Amino acid sequence: MSVSRKGVRFLKILKAQVITRLILIAVCIPFLLPFFWMLSTALKTLPQTVAYPPVLIPNPIVWDNFREAVLTIPFFTYFKNTSIYVGFSILGTIISCPLVAYGLSIVRWPGRDSLLILILATMMIPFPVTMIPLFVLFSKLGWINSYKPLIIPTFFGTPFFIFLLRQFFMTIPPSLSDAARIDGASELTIFTRVILPLCKPALGVVALFQFLGSWNNFLGPLIYLMEESKYPLSLGLQDYRSTHTVQWNLFMAASTLVVIPTVVIFFLTQRRIIEGIHLTGIKE
Amino acid sequence: MTPKKRKDIITGLLFVSPWLIGFALFSFYPIIASLYYSLTQFVGIGTPKWIGFTNYPSLIRDELFWISLYNTIYYLVFAVPIGFAIALGLALIMNFNVKEKSIYRTILYFPSILPVYASAFIWLWMFNPQLGIINALLDKLGIQGPGWIGSPEWSKPSIILMAQWGAGGSAIIFLAALQDVPRELYEAAELDGAGRWYKFRHITLPSISPVILFHIIMAVNGAFQLFDAPYIMTGGGPANSTLFYTLYLYRNAFQYSKMGYASAMAWILFILNLGTAIVIFKTSLRWVYYRGG
Repeated sequence: MSVSRKGVRFLKILKAQVITRLILIAVCIPFLLPFFWMLSTALKTLPQTVAYPPVLIPNPIVWDNFREAVLTIPFFTYFKNTSIYVGFSILGTIISCPLVAYGLSIVRWPGRDSLLILILATMMIPFPVTMIPLFVLFSKLGWINSYKPLIIPTFFGTPFFIFLLRQFFMTIPPSLSDAARIDGASELTIFTRVILPLCKPALGVVALFQFLGSWNNFLGPLIYLMEESKYPLSLGLQDYRSTHTVQWNLFMAASTLVVIPTVVIFFLTQRRIIEGIHLTGIKE
Repeated sequence: MTPKKRKDIITGLLFVSPWLIGFALFSFYPIIASLYYSLTQFVGIGTPKWIGFTNYPSLIRDELFWISLYNTIYYLVFAVPIGFAIALGLALIMNFNVKEKSIYRTILYFPSILPVYASAFIWLWMFNPQLGIINALLDKLGIQGPGWIGSPEWSKPSIILMAQWGAGGSAIIFLAALQDVPRELYEAAELDGAGRWYKFRHITLPSISPVILFHIIMAVNGAFQLFDAPYIMTGGGPANSTLFYTLYLYRNAFQYSKMGYASAMAWILFILNLGTAIVIFKTSLRWVYYRGG
């Protein structure tokens, strides 16, 4: 009796500990496969890259591919352009979105909730609808072939980020801002001295999402930038691929270099991403 | 109106003014302009020439318009349900309680924040019929792999398959929702002798249904606007099998300088997208449960 009960318990633990992990590992393998293939190719010699049947593990390992890749593809120019774009768009977002979110949460005025709904509704406008008039508008302003069309709009707020920050501001007890008001503080003082210091984590989330948005943007740069020397990584690598006979080992080395910043940012900000998901409150 | 109230309105408007200006310039004006351009012949510079509704009947006679619409609907019909099933499945798996669960979650989530262009480069190489790893592995199993992205029959399924690599992004949102389902509900059902499937069907799914609705609406939007992957991987080919709607719109606007024609396409896209969203939202009243509402 007691033996069989022990047996049942043993089987249960086996099931929980081993089978669960087997499922998890089996599911993770296809998600890791593209990374494996990218790295494996990035470290191969050219003959091994094009060998048939494909070589899975490179031999010898050619680290030099990375050096050659950044020299063959003007990687640093593209990287510099991307960094400028990413940096300024984060700046624009960080300046504009908290201001608007403050006006939608801490300041109490009639109409602010209808305005919030309007802001959320604009998220449903597909970019292809606005992209042609925007292109015409920006060319009239002489902004084409520069990063202005990609950066300047971020200084006017992004609906999703405004919403995110507004959700966060709503969790701040109104007594804080009310106390400051009674002490005679202006709204701008309350914003900069009381609210902004409290919302650093939420601002971090928004900065992170803006980083990903700009770093990953392809269609925007494709429309507005004309000269190769101004390309960000997205267009630069695509341009290289479509105008050269691709050496896949070098190209995968370059792709690895594009993936690495996202890896670094991800591990630095992992907790923020989860916070961001909770902030959106869409799970409610 | 009291002076205090007036002051509050002015303060509120001042704080939201960046968005109001941005909305007027970068959303409202472009939408109206787009509607106007759609009724003109316009090369992008100079004055648009008014031609009334001519662009719309021209589109109906344009074979590529229908091909691109068909491709996009094909993508929508397959990628949205498959994407939902995979994201939910991943979320259930991410929810397994083992010590090193954060490692699995990271592996499953991370691909979703990569740039689409980087994924496209990697998968282009994965899909290579002779030199890619997918067919190499299939070959080891004794299966002759297809031409993937290079064959008209497999190109759309290939793009759908690649998109699933990013399913972890939605999965993590589902995971957050799963963790919010009140434990008492499961415990009560267990007392009544409910099995696993019953609990999933009658407790889990209804509890996370608002998130499912959000996911589906965003996925439909994404499908209508699919651009990066086909532009980079196939440029619309082979034999126009991956000429998706937004890609054809882009071509008309920026390669053929038919901005009026492309604007008409944009408005059709807008109406289709909004219409689909409204239909989904209407049906959702029957299957979405709002807690406490």
